[in-house]
Amino acid sequence: MVDAHPTMIEVPERPEVQAAAPVRFFHRSRLRWNLPLAIGAAMVLLSLALALAAPWLTSHDPLEIADASLSPPSSEFLLGTDQLGRDVLTRILHAARSSLAVACLSAALAFVSGTLIGLVAGYSSGAIDACLMRLLDILQAFPALLLAIALVAALGPNLPNLVLTMGLLFMPRFARVARASTLSVRERDYITAAIGLGVSRARTMLRHVLPNIAAPLIVEASLTVTIAILTEASLSFLGLGVQPPDPTWGGMIAESTSVMALAPWLALSPGFAMVFVVIGFTLMGDGLRDALDPRG
Amino acid sequence: MPEPLLRAREIARHFPVRRGLLQRVTGQLRAVDRINLDIYPGETLGVVGESGCGKSTLGRMLAGLLPATSGDLSFDGRDMASQRGAALKRLRRDMQFIFQDPTSSLDPRMTVRDIVAEGLDAQGIATGRARDMLVADILDRVGMQQDALQRYPHEFSGGQRQRIGIARALVLRPKLVVADEPVSALDVSVQSQVLNLLVALKREFQLTYVFVAHNLAVVSYISDRIAVMYLGKIVEIGEAASLYRNPRHPYTRALLSAMPQPDPDSKSERIVLRGDVPSPIDPPSGCRFRTRCPVAQASCATSEPLLERKRGEAGQHLVACHFA
Repeated sequence: MVDAHPTMIEVPERPEVQAAAPVRFFHRSRLRWNLPLAIGAAMVLLSLALALAAPWLTSHDPLEIADASLSPPSSEFLLGTDQLGRDVLTRILHAARSSLAVACLSAALAFVSGTLIGLVAGYSSGAIDACLMRLLDILQAFPALLLAIALVAALGPNLPNLVLTMGLLFMPRFARVARASTLSVRERDYITAAIGLGVSRARTMLRHVLPNIAAPLIVEASLTVTIAILTEASLSFLGLGVQPPDPTWGGMIAESTSVMALAPWLALSPGFAMVFVVIGFTLMGDGLRDALDPRG
Repeated sequence: MPEPLLRAREIARHFPVRRGLLQRVTGQLRAVDRINLDIYPGETLGVVGESGCGKSTLGRMLAGLLPATSGDLSFDGRDMASQRGAALKRLRRDMQFIFQDPTSSLDPRMTVRDIVAEGLDAQGIATGRARDMLVADILDRVGMQQDALQRYPHEFSGGQRQRIGIARALVLRPKLVVADEPVSALDVSVQSQVLNLLVALKREFQLTYVFVAHNLAVVSYISDRIAVMYLGKIVEIGEAASLYRNPRHPYTRALLSAMPQPDPDSKSERIVLRGDVPSPIDPPSGCRFRTRCPVAQASCATSEPLLERKRGEAGQHLVACHFA
């Protein structure tokens, strides 16, 4: 029975010509740069650089109180001073440190925990999936800011609690994106192939599912940072964020409300800083979406 | 007859059909319905049938990728359904699968080296230099050049990707290879190259093939035995030459008559079947083919024909028809 059929066509020695290999310097880099990505990344990098270099950029201290309170922008105080006579530019630069740190850390926390939950839920399906998703539903049923206020008020307003609260708040976004992508990726034949080769569940998730759902999660991370910045500003505005006298953008705007007519630069300049960072991350997120799209 | 490598007894695969708000199970889709099959070492068994007849489901069950709803499946004397953990992993090493779609079956984020070596890593067969040598060797045997190693699947043509998929399966030196329509996604010019490669590799590694396809020409070229499926059942099975020369089941006759003949003068009559394939959720009573069968009688609706040897047939040619 073995080889009952004669071979009808001769087997060529080396069938099929190999496609000519293009010269590629960055094998692993699939990022296709585009204008929004370049501009956004530049804005984000500039913000991060200014925040990191804040102590060396101005000759003032964020808590130093000068004689001149509410002085308009001048060569001594480039963006003027506030009611207590503190340099606004210095305070904005220092506020960027805590704002960006809180926003990035909470987004990172949400990214890691949300991805893990979404991955497990999407890959296991059934009861585990249903339980995890209902928990997220409960979390998302609360108005976001209200939940944040309640949690921060209960835990106490300091930086670690802020990061923890906001991380929890943003976690469902990542979990949902990760779960949805996992559901589509796990139907691919290469997952079946891995099972057929004897690859373990955990390894299949880490080696096959995770890399293939990474792109939308990275985009989500970039956009979540913008929401985190605004949420942190809202909490600080309400007095639940970074505590005075340490500067934050939300807090600076809150302090300026009583003198807004007299000294509009007090509200405008931290507002502008916030808009700059948010636009930067938004552009970067949009750009990444296009750059990472495998069909792009 | 030697001992079969794979023995299937009354294996079935049903998929629940859910409807309504509460997703209640309202029926069972019988993709594969109580099939008996022996696959002998060294043979190539072709499985043919229309789309939706359950041939791919059967292929996945035979390769251990899809558990049977009921029935017994044993490989090399080991019961497949009861294998767990390390034993199951060891079993998988002996049975590999080649996919239809060479794009979806290769992880786009992995290099060819990692794709091909994945089985070696998972099975703990080789690491370091030994691993690299095994990967390089199998790539060479499937006709790929060594510069493919650090490249990604999207850089290759369909035929080359299928070769990578074959290399991934064969690097484990399996005993059984189930190929699910391995060439139907490829250009016709590339199909014969991949088919010839599969034939050559079979000889080289003394493999046993289950070859699932809808293309009769492809199946007849590669198979020693052929099983014809209709609505989750095998309706006829026999040695390729015998089945082609003397098809007994009316469905097999219709299938064969649809095969294009390379001889323009040949006057074979085309048997055109009427109607569509009935739903596998609610298959016809008795013989499943009776709704489209040109020779059906009243008795076909009441008793289901068994797969049996007919008068005047030698060897292993079995047919499931009352009037064949």
